[in-house]
Amino acid sequence: MQELTADAAIELRGIDKSFGSVHAVRGASLRVERGSITGIVGENGAGKSTLMSILYGLYRADAGEILIEGRPVEMASPRDAIGHGIGMVHQHFMLVDSFTVLENLILGAEGGALLAGGLAAARTELARLAGEYGLAVDPDARVADLSVGEQQRVEILKVLLRGARILILDEPSAVLTPQETDRLLQILRLLRDRGVTVVLITHKLREILAVTDKVIVMRRGEVVAERRTAETDAQDLAELMVGRTVRFDLDKAPAREGETMLAARHLSLVDGRGVRLLDDISLEVRAGEIVGIAGVSGNGQTELLQVLSGIRPPTGGEIEACGRRVDAAHPVDPAEMRDLGVAHVPEDRLRQGLVPAFLASETSILGYQDREPFCHNYLMDGPAVGRYCADLMERFDVRPRAPGLRSSNFSGGNQQKLILAREMARNPKVLLVGQPTRGVDIGAIEFIRRELIKSRDAGCAVLVVSVELEEILSLADRILVMFGGRIVGEVAAGEADERMLGLMMAGARAA
Amino acid sequence: MEETLTLVIATLAATLRVATPLVLCAMGGLFSEKSGIIDVGLEGKMLMAAFFAAATASLTGSAWAGVGAAILAAEVLALLHGFACITHRGNQVVSGIAINILAMGLTVVLGAAWFGRGGQTPPLAGTERLNPIFFPVAGDNILVYVALLSVPFAWWVIDRTRFGLRLRAVGEVPLAVDAAGISVSWLRYRAVLLCGLFAGLAGAYLSIAQNAGFSRDMTAGQGFIALAAIIFGRWRPVPAFGACLAFGLLDATAIRLQGVKLPGIGEVPVQLIQALPYLLTLFLLAGFIGRTVAPKAAGVPYEKEH
Ligand SMILES: Nc1ncnc2c1ncn2[C@@H]1O[C@H](COP(=O)(O)OP(=O)(O)OP(=O)(O)O)[C@@H](O)[C@H]1O
Ligand SMILES: [Mg+2]
Repeated sequence: MQELTADAAIELRGIDKSFGSVHAVRGASLRVERGSITGIVGENGAGKSTLMSILYGLYRADAGEILIEGRPVEMASPRDAIGHGIGMVHQHFMLVDSFTVLENLILGAEGGALLAGGLAAARTELARLAGEYGLAVDPDARVADLSVGEQQRVEILKVLLRGARILILDEPSAVLTPQETDRLLQILRLLRDRGVTVVLITHKLREILAVTDKVIVMRRGEVVAERRTAETDAQDLAELMVGRTVRFDLDKAPAREGETMLAARHLSLVDGRGVRLLDDISLEVRAGEIVGIAGVSGNGQTELLQVLSGIRPPTGGEIEACGRRVDAAHPVDPAEMRDLGVAHVPEDRLRQGLVPAFLASETSILGYQDREPFCHNYLMDGPAVGRYCADLMERFDVRPRAPGLRSSNFSGGNQQKLILAREMARNPKVLLVGQPTRGVDIGAIEFIRRELIKSRDAGCAVLVVSVELEEILSLADRILVMFGGRIVGEVAAGEADERMLGLMMAGARAA
Repeated sequence: MEETLTLVIATLAATLRVATPLVLCAMGGLFSEKSGIIDVGLEGKMLMAAFFAAATASLTGSAWAGVGAAILAAEVLALLHGFACITHRGNQVVSGIAINILAMGLTVVLGAAWFGRGGQTPPLAGTERLNPIFFPVAGDNILVYVALLSVPFAWWVIDRTRFGLRLRAVGEVPLAVDAAGISVSWLRYRAVLLCGLFAGLAGAYLSIAQNAGFSRDMTAGQGFIALAAIIFGRWRPVPAFGACLAFGLLDATAIRLQGVKLPGIGEVPVQLIQALPYLLTLFLLAGFIGRTVAPKAAGVPYEKEH
């Protein structure tokens, strides 16, 4: 037993943490072996991020013990964690956008009261790390100008520069393209081979199976299982996480298409600096079908959703939504679109989908607040809103079922479920959905996809934008591929495969 | 010819004299704003400092004691601002305004109680004042040079030192600073204290260098002009210095133009010239400076959930 403890880079014993009435982590214990990659999986709100934040000193545990390299330690602040060789890449990056890469790298480890020395040293060190791990970034680039993948590389470099021996990554691939994810996994393997201990939180079982040595499963704040990766598979893990059988196939019936509900003709969007964001986009979405838009993020999908939902007016071309014509001369606002029956689940849920400081019940009616039964004669009906929210939470399995909790205190996946619930519960004629399952756990992914198909079968015209090819392939009846602001191809779902879509997404092939 | 030259030199000297408190205040405010703490209370700090400088100088007979008292007075208000905004995460603008009101009232009440001259301190002379060093007519007292040096100093600290890097970071993304293991509060307190130091010097300049005593409300909005200069200079020391000089020049010409009739225009409305800094600031804020250049976390208290 003593032997085992000495081998553990991290050992947590009986960690407990509550936020008010929410019991986020319940007596969790786990061991992470030195020089290994350990995966942590679990549903949204299972307590994964909370547990890691406790290990990193961002939160104080109510009870429990932390041992690093076999010695009990006190983690009062990130400073302690850094001192014990722990580095963390957070779910939301901790970078200063206006700083250069080098400035970000040395923040907190400047190596002296003057910057010059530290900057020079970091530059040399960066060149070395770039060679050793293939982590190349331009040291003088401003972080704001980097792609998300590059920003994440900066976060990892930051940790390595401080000589961390333990690296924690919280959903690192949620924002990455498939190619970037593959690079990341490669880097993690390299790190492990050089003796770094890696803890990887992710919802993507493919990644778990590809790189980890051991998987820890959390459910409702507890550690419920531990498996050697070699001895498990996706099905097994999914069931452990959710506590029931999860079906990966969606067995959906063929679409029964009705009339066209949403059409775009020669749509274009040019921004203030003259950059063409959307270029001659034409598409149709009919009642009873799901149209999927595939593409590497940043190829105009975000803007397309903004234009279709009425957030931005197009600069050219026209939209016809449920009989209403929209063009540059006849713009529409999102509220009018909503009235027409066009619901929108935005990609960026924290900024466009909800107000973090609002209660869950307020989030659940955002955009519909002036309608019955939430509002009579300009007065909000609080109890009615609360009841409505509780009902939505029940139907869409939002956890915890607490209409009175601040929206920001829900885990990412549960925020997403709440927003989806809000938009889908109104039985819209057209449903626009951006990244429906970003950061969402397996059980919820299954649920959300089924709900989308149910909406389709009820006659809703659904447009799904996703960077996850697998998601597009399993949901869509028709697939459009975007590249550089244009639609570069259309494929029927039955005829598409990942390789072919991947090539089109890279702009290498038109269909 | 000779006459024009004299006029130009005199105007430049006047510009520098008027700009000195603005520069000191702007550099102080810059430190605070860079750390994410908006300081509307510059005006109040300067006023309080001006009062204590004159009061102390007149009681002790030493200008240097006056400078010390000025710094102390401004620091007390700076700490108050820090306590409200950093420790208790209060609203920074409200706290700043409260400090201004406090200073306005307190200086008058204390002045009346101690000296009984309707809020004024007794006139100062000789060693009770900071006197010109090289050119008696130009009024180049030590604080003018301190102000000139404060600009490269601020630039160097903000741009080239560890403290400056952290200061800039904490004004943009305090969470990143916290995650890097650095105390957000202590960093911001240091910034606020630096701000108090400079505001104190600016106040001392007003009452014991530029003028020979304190009179009520003698700051007359200069703290706000300094804030405008910071915005004008896009939160960078050298451009902010330039803005202070420009405002100083406007003021100096306004005084010269007082009562002058220009052909075709008639009498120049001095009020218009004096309002120019504010108008320009409004103008710039409305269109020319994107919000993006202000420290992103300015005005937002740092709350860590735990
Ligand atoms: N600051 C907070 N205040 C109140 N409740 C919180 C807070 N942070 C987290 N919670 C709650 O604690 C629970 C665990 O959240 P946590 O973020 O650890 O989940 P997670 O496993 O990381 O989920 P996800 O996969 O969605 O990121 C959730 O029920 C969440 O609502
Ligand atoms: Mg999480």
